[in-house]
Amino acid sequence: MDLIKHVEKEYLKEEIPVFSPGDTVRVHFKVVEGTRERTQVFEGVVIQRKGHGVAENFTVRRVSYGVGVERSFPIHSPKIEKIEVMRKGLVRRSKLYYLRKLRGKAARIKEIRR
Amino acid sequence: MNKAILAKKLGMTQIFDAEGRAIPVTVLEAGPCTVIDKRTPDRDGYTAIQIGFKAVKENRLNKPQLGHFAKAGVAPLKFVREMRLVDTEGYEVGQEIRADIFKPGDYVDVTGISKGKGFAGSIKRHGHSRGPMTHGSRYQRGPGSLGAVDAARVFKGHKLPGRMGGDKVTSQKLKVVKVDAGKNLLLVRGAVPGPRNGLLVIKNSVKAS
Repeated sequence: MDLIKHVEKEYLKEEIPVFSPGDTVRVHFKVVEGTRERTQVFEGVVIQRKGHGVAENFTVRRVSYGVGVERSFPIHSPKIEKIEVMRKGLVRRSKLYYLRKLRGKAARIKEIRR
Repeated sequence: MNKAILAKKLGMTQIFDAEGRAIPVTVLEAGPCTVIDKRTPDRDGYTAIQIGFKAVKENRLNKPQLGHFAKAGVAPLKFVREMRLVDTEGYEVGQEIRADIFKPGDYVDVTGISKGKGFAGSIKRHGHSRGPMTHGSRYQRGPGSLGAVDAARVFKGHKLPGRMGGDKVTSQKLKVVKVDAGKNLLLVRGAVPGPRNGLLVIKNSVKAS
């Protein structure tokens, strides 16, 4: 198992911001259009984090023009330039699938204030 | 092309390629293997090399086995396998074979003993489809008809439940993604047969052009 860790180590990112489900994040993601590369920003609520090690993923949900859009990213993907944590959310679950059924005011998440 | 090495399956993980895509890989501990013997057309009628993998304590082996290693002048090894190659030129008795005989981008065939599944039904073993589970159906996971009445017997090779797994399986044309010669690691795209810590034979692919 140690040798597998050794293989994975090279692909792990050193600095990942601390965030958990319920937080609102901005993901700066590199996209290649034809020949040029640009950065796309996807902002929304983290509804899950799953997997561990180099295979860890997280899913971000946002509602744009009334349509729910979810995107999953591998946390350690080199295509992710950076992840900005915009606000910390107060939630009691690790998987926020219930947000998919809620609209508008009901889909709000309370912010953690300190 | 003539390459063969013994390896231990360590497990699966994923890595990212240059474009940032995640690639599923199996990590193999390949070698170092030692050439113990050579088969020549003059003496044996075919060409092959005998290679060994993983050091073993002397008291684990019997005298004939130790004598075989002593004759070759190599340390005792746990696994000894013969590899038939087109020609054995370039291989000498006592020579070490390391993971760096393969390079990223090569294609390999990986042979191992698949995981034993025990006594399995025909759905799992042969991929049969099952019958309806409800609506009064009394046929759920059975093997179906065994054939015509007229023959008064079941034909040989009919697909029936039985022991599954534990067979010699070869996964062909797997791409080598990465080689770590220092740690004797070989990263191969996709899955390979057998459990973790299982012994595998890796050869250059017969299908790769």
